[in-house]
Parts: sequence; C-alpha cells; structure tokens
Amino acid sequence: MTVNAPANPAPPEAAPKGASSRTRSERKLAWMLCAPAVVAMLLVTAYPIVYAVILSLQDVDLRFPDEGGFVGLSNYTAVLTSDLWWTDFFNTVFIMVISVAIELVLGMAIALVMYRAIFGRGVVRTSVLIPYGIITVVAAFAWQFAFAPETGFVNNLPLIPDEKDWFGGRFSSFAVIIMAEVWKTTPFMALLLLAGLVTIDSQLYEAARVDGATAWQRFTRITLPLMKPAILVALLFRTLDAFRVFDTIFIMTRGALDTESVSILGYNQLISRLNLGLGSAVSVLIFLCVFLIAFIFVRGFGAKVEEGRPGG
Amino acid sequence: MERSSRDYALWTIAIALVVIFALIPVLWLISISLKPPEALTDQKFIPADISFDNYKSLFEGGIDDSPFIKPLINSIGIALITTAISIVLASFCAYAIARLEFPGKRVILAGALAIAMFPPISTVGPLFDMWRALGLYDTWLGLIIPYLTFSLPLAIYVLVAFFREIPWELEQAAQVDGATPFQAFTKVIVPLAAPGVFTAAILVFIFCWNDFLFAISLTSSDASRTVPAALAFFTGESSFTAPTGSIAAAAVVVTVPIIIFVLIFQRRIVAGLTAGAVKG
Repeated sequence: MTVNAPANPAPPEAAPKGASSRTRSERKLAWMLCAPAVVAMLLVTAYPIVYAVILSLQDVDLRFPDEGGFVGLSNYTAVLTSDLWWTDFFNTVFIMVISVAIELVLGMAIALVMYRAIFGRGVVRTSVLIPYGIITVVAAFAWQFAFAPETGFVNNLPLIPDEKDWFGGRFSSFAVIIMAEVWKTTPFMALLLLAGLVTIDSQLYEAARVDGATAWQRFTRITLPLMKPAILVALLFRTLDAFRVFDTIFIMTRGALDTESVSILGYNQLISRLNLGLGSAVSVLIFLCVFLIAFIFVRGFGAKVEEGRPGG
Repeated sequence: MERSSRDYALWTIAIALVVIFALIPVLWLISISLKPPEALTDQKFIPADISFDNYKSLFEGGIDDSPFIKPLINSIGIALITTAISIVLASFCAYAIARLEFPGKRVILAGALAIAMFPPISTVGPLFDMWRALGLYDTWLGLIIPYLTFSLPLAIYVLVAFFREIPWELEQAAQVDGATPFQAFTKVIVPLAAPGVFTAAILVFIFCWNDFLFAISLTSSDASRTVPAALAFFTGESSFTAPTGSIAAAAVVVTVPIIIFVLIFQRRIVAGLTAGAVKG
C-alpha cells in the first residue's frame, strides 16, 4: 500500500499472477513440510478403507484359508438381512442419542456453572478434567464394579433396590453403559460449550436485563441462538464419537444380552471369528453411517466444520 | 449486582455436585484396590480395613511373571514414541499451514478433520490382515503407526491454532538486531512455540494412552499389549478369585499419575482442547 515501504527484506504477497520464484519456493517448502504428516495420515485410513472394500466383496475366512474368491455383494446382503446387525444398529443409535442428549444438557449446565460461578470456577474446571484424563477402559471398570450386585456400593444407596442385577437385563445394562459414557465425555462437551459461551458479548445480557428479560428468556433468546455454531460442532463430534462406542460395552457386558454395538459386531467378526469378508462388510457399513451422520450435520443443520476441531 | 446468601448456597450445591460426580469413580477404584479380598463384597464405599496386597500382587514375580509390568512398559513406550513422532510431523505441517501460502492448505485441514471423524473399527480388519503379512502384528510399531495416523489431526489442529498466535515478526526483528536466522529461530521462536507444542504433546499422549480398540485387535501377547488391553484380559490369582482387586489396583496405578499431570497442566489442556473451537 505504501510507497516508501519500510526496510523489510521480504515483502509479503504482492506477487505477480504468474507466481514468482519466491511464491513458488514457498509452495515447495510448504508441501515438503506437510508431506510427511499427510502420508502418515493416509497410510492407515485411505489405503485400509479401500482394502476393506475389496475384502468385503470376497469370501475371506482365515479359519478356512482355502476357500475364497469374489462373491459380489453377498457379504452385504448377509449382514443387512441379519437380525444381529439391526439389533446392534438400534443399540448403537439408542446409546448415541441418549448419551449425547444428556451430555448436551449436562455439559451446558457445567459450562454455565464455570462461566457464571461467583466462586469455585477453578475447582469445577479442575474436577471436570479428571474424567478426561482417565482411560475409558478404567472408567468402565470403575462403574462396573460400582454397579455390580456383589461388590458395588450403588445397590447399598437409598432408593435403589438392594438386589438389582444391573447387568442382568438389556436396558439396565444400557443405563450403566450410558452413565459411564456420559461421565467420561461430558467434560469435553462442557469445555467446547464454554469456549462458545465466552465469545458472547456480555452487553447483550445487560441490555436484555434492562428490558426486563428473565434469566430463562436470556438463555433461550441470547445464549442458545448465539451458541448455535459451537453447539452444532460439539454435537457433531460427540455424535460421531458415540456412534463408535466400543470400550465401555466391551468391558461391561462384552455384548451379552443383546447389548452389542456395531463396533463390537465388527470386532467379533474380524478378530474373534477371523471372518474378514463379513467383518469388512460391517466395517464399510459403519464407515458409511459415520459419513452419513457427518453429512446430515453439515448439510442439514449447517454445522461449520472448518471452525471445529478434532475431538480429544 | 447483589449477591444474596441464597445465591451462594445454590452455587455451592452446584459446584459440589460437579466435583462429587467427577471424583466418585476415582475414589471408588482407590477404595476397592485397598480392600482385602474378604472385604471386597462388603458394598462399602470407604474400606474398613486397608491392605496393599493388590498392589503387591501386580508387581510380584518381577518383569517376567508380573501381569502388569510389561503392559505398563509397552503403554509408556508406545505412547511416548508416538507422541514424539506425531509432534515433529505435526509441527512441520502446522508451521506451513499457519505461516505459508500454498494451494492445498484447506484440503489438508479438511482431510485432517475427516480423519478425526473416521471410525477406527473400519481400519481394524485390513490392518490385522496387513500387519500379519508384514510381521507387524503384535509389535510396538504395529500400534505406533495407527496411533500416529489418528493423533496427527488432533496435533495439527492444536498446533495451527497456537502457531497463528505467535508474533512471527519478532523473528525478523531479531535478525535485524544481528541474530543469525538460526539464532532468531532458536532464541525467539522456539520459546514462543514451546507451550503450544507441549500442550499438543500432552493431548496426543493421552490419546495413545487411552486407546483400547487397536490395542486388543493388533496385539496378542505381552510383547506389545498395552495396559487397557491387559486389564481386559486380567485373571485372578487363582481361577477361583475374581481379578477385581488387581484390576482396581492396576487402574489406580495408571490413573493417578495422569490425573496429577492433567491437574498440573490444566490451563494448557483446556486451551488445547478448545483451540480452534471458536474463531476469535
């Protein structure tokens, strides 16, 4: 812009259209810097997913290595016509919807406590980080021991029947699984929501208060609409994460009593039964579900994913 | 604004609820780990008697016979190596994205995001098959590679967010003052970038430390089995005793140091977890 540019040895992008040697070398440097990370990221995603598609079209069962060959879509029809897939799909979506809904409400409450607390903000932040630091498997064991009728303290609590066998029924198992998932991942939700909360201009609240808006009106008319982008991004990441639920179920029930998730089904087919063909068909279907969920969030709800971030 | 004592009471209750909810499983694990076997079924939250037998049994028999020492070494080794590689690769990439103009920048960021959403179970089958063919099954490298892939998006996003905040002009200012480019980088930029790099490293380490799916799918023995996978396959002292006490003790050993670490660096972790969540 200025005529007498300061003594800047390397003027920033005022390059002519044809890409000067400087911008060209900058590009080359950038690509060289990014190449290792990009290769490492593709190594275990792009190639394996292609390989999974190929495997899913074949009859590959490592227990019967002599059989095999191209079988078209028959693995997919076998999976999609089985009751097991649909039971597991229902379980996964059920756990996903309930746990993400509870996490949103609870996470918002904790975010508001952290944001508005008169005191003790640090204590709350410190304690919400504890679940984040704990291994999911460890948390699952802790809750399992707590609810187990023989060892647990939960059945000793008031209002809870002493003899309740939590892992003896499908939906009581789900209750414990969902509670463990909620405990583990609400902090992440709360921190993401808090980050959205602090960007809201506090003058808006003052103005609304002057105009006589109640606390609830301020929350529904100011906080929620302005936080919509942050909420959508948090929901998207948590929903995708919840759809992959595996660790907690594996530890608590191993999928017994119809509590399997689709990820457990995939694991059982691939690793326990060594049926790579059927297992890969399950894997590809899970991949498509995740893709669909992301698509619905981005196109349907307008989640601004570029402004989001990968979950931790 | 006036603060009534009712406000204080309500906030105290809200804060107490959050703290209790967060702490219960940890205190409970510590409690079971300290209960002697005969008290395991007393259903009490606070143990009446304290015994350290569960902890002793974890380390009994030294490195060869202990069910816990090798997995612990595997967990620490694999997580540290992955973190080191991931942070180096991510730093290069994040530097380019934060500072340089080049076509493909948005594609890389979008691709990293897509990988963060990728379901790991979809890669387990192919990796299981490939790793067996390549001899990587049940090795450290066999876990380090997938951990690297799935931790890079996290590291890149956190580092890009931090690097964008660095006042890079200082580098040129130092050179004007007579520093060599190398000095300008090591004396000015490195100290400014270190907190962000450290934060990303903590998050990547916790990511690797937490993984269970790859750990049980791609390992079969103590040669590379990490703690979460080992815990799932823990057996009792004899086939008649449940491993509850040993699992609880092992869980405490791998949890308490991480919690202390997380609490010491809590400000950084919060900044890292929410980095880039909101465009300022």
